[in-house]
Amino acid sequence: MRLAGLIVLSALFAVDAASAEIPQAERRSGYSFMAPDTRAMQDDDTINPGMLWVLDGEKLWARKSGVTNKACADCHQDARASMKGVAAHYPAIDKALGRPVDLEQRINLCRTTHQQATPLPYESRELLALTAFVAQQSRGAAIEPGNDPQLAPFVAKGRELFMQRQGQLNLGCTNCHDENWDKRLAGSAITQGHPTGYPLYRLEWQSLGSLQRRLRACMTGIRAQAYDYGAPELVELELYLMSRARGMPLEAPAIRP
Amino acid sequence: MSGPILAGALLALPGLAAAQELRGYAVTGDAIAKSLTGAPGDPARGRTTLLNRQSTCILCHNGPFPEEKFQGDLAPNLVGSGSRWSEGQLRLRLVDASRLNEATIMPSYYRVDGLHRVGPAWRGKPILSAEQIEDIVAYLVTLRE
Ligand code: HEC
Ligand code: HEC
Ligand code: HEC
Repeated sequence: MRLAGLIVLSALFAVDAASAEIPQAERRSGYSFMAPDTRAMQDDDTINPGMLWVLDGEKLWARKSGVTNKACADCHQDARASMKGVAAHYPAIDKALGRPVDLEQRINLCRTTHQQATPLPYESRELLALTAFVAQQSRGAAIEPGNDPQLAPFVAKGRELFMQRQGQLNLGCTNCHDENWDKRLAGSAITQGHPTGYPLYRLEWQSLGSLQRRLRACMTGIRAQAYDYGAPELVELELYLMSRARGMPLEAPAIRP
Repeated sequence: MSGPILAGALLALPGLAAAQELRGYAVTGDAIAKSLTGAPGDPARGRTTLLNRQSTCILCHNGPFPEEKFQGDLAPNLVGSGSRWSEGQLRLRLVDASRLNEATIMPSYYRVDGLHRVGPAWRGKPILSAEQIEDIVAYLVTLRE
């Protein structure tokens, strides 16, 4: 009885999903919507401002910190080997918390539990730098959210949030990023909203910023109350975005207008 | 658009808190026949309000606005709106477009109920005031083809 109900439900879900979601073959990174000069900036590490954060991150990787006086490198050695592909499967379940954490939260968990240091604030230069350095080790790696069955309900929750209309303008993420990509919202290209480049340097921000910062900006844009940094809902959205972008290559630190 | 979309005349009944802010209006078919303010709007002011970024119209629409460099293309060009629609139809479209098309992405400019997670700065307030809506309606009816 219950099983039959579930099957009916999942069939409905599949039909609904097929109508709203972007076919695999049509998925495009935000990169492909950019002007040639902005693409050139992302393609050349010597002019990509995001690389300044990566270089800072590399220094921080080796710096001892916290009560244990350990550096990231003391436990993880060479990031080029140990962090290769890691960003491509975040957010991932943290066993102790029993819920998904994103890369920034994972790094902060290492700070608090393994280094016994204070967590770094969201969007601080140090957290962005460490995240950019770790994420850069996955450049070109295909996004591959873990197949941990524990993740499934969180992906589903993220999808629900993506579809939900909200804010004074009463729009859902899907209305722009599934239904109207390749159109223009005043001067901006509406992209498919893929998380392939984060943390990334946004010309409008004149800074590197996290995926959470981007999601909060889209929420404020529709005049919704943005979730606080670190809120479970933002992690669930990140997770859904990663599952939606499965197989697409990571390009951190990317550039966006 | 042919035939009444909504049976008979409906009276909007905003919630208590909203009642202080929103004026009542009567929907007849697919239109609101009477001005929300009881007075006609000012088309020149309507054009300015429509082009104001805070009004959000040209995020989605484009139209006969040569001075505006950035206009959207998520929605029909506004040229000819005044030929295609009556004043009353345009008024309902601005007040609550979701009554005309449940799936529309066009926001309801004079509605405060049925919304989720509205940011504190905007909570309990319609996107536009009754006066602003009347001004825009007065401008839209001049957009004839
Ligand atoms: C004392 C050892 C230690 C230190 C110091 C440490 N980590 Fe970790 N790190 C771990 C362990 C152990 C794990 C596996 C998860 C767990 O048990 O917490 C881990 C996991 C990770 C992961 C996730 C890897 C994966 O495959 O999912 C990342 C990313 C990471 N650490 C980054 C950092 C960064 C950045 C620093 C420095 C700020 C750091 N770690 C400092 C021990 C450490
Ligand atoms: C009204 C349309 C609209 C809505 C609704 C919207 N966005 Fe966006 N989003 C945009 C635009 C426009 C951009 C690109 C901005 C730019 O860089 O110029 C963007 C950018 C993004 C990006 C960055 C993509 C990249 O290549 O870096 C992500 C991710 C994203 N949005 C996710 C979301 C999520 C999640 C929601 C719902 C909470 C949402 N958006 C709601 C219009 C929208
Ligand atoms: C989020 C996008 C969006 C915004 C913002 C928006 N609209 Fe619309 N509008 C639409 C869409 C889409 C349609 C097409 C009909 C439909 O889907 O309901 C439309 C239809 C219309 C029409 C009828 C066009 C025709 O001739 O068929 C008028 C008039 C109109 N809008 C005026 C406005 C005005 C005035 C504003 C600002 C107060 C505005 N719109 C804001 C998306 C938008």
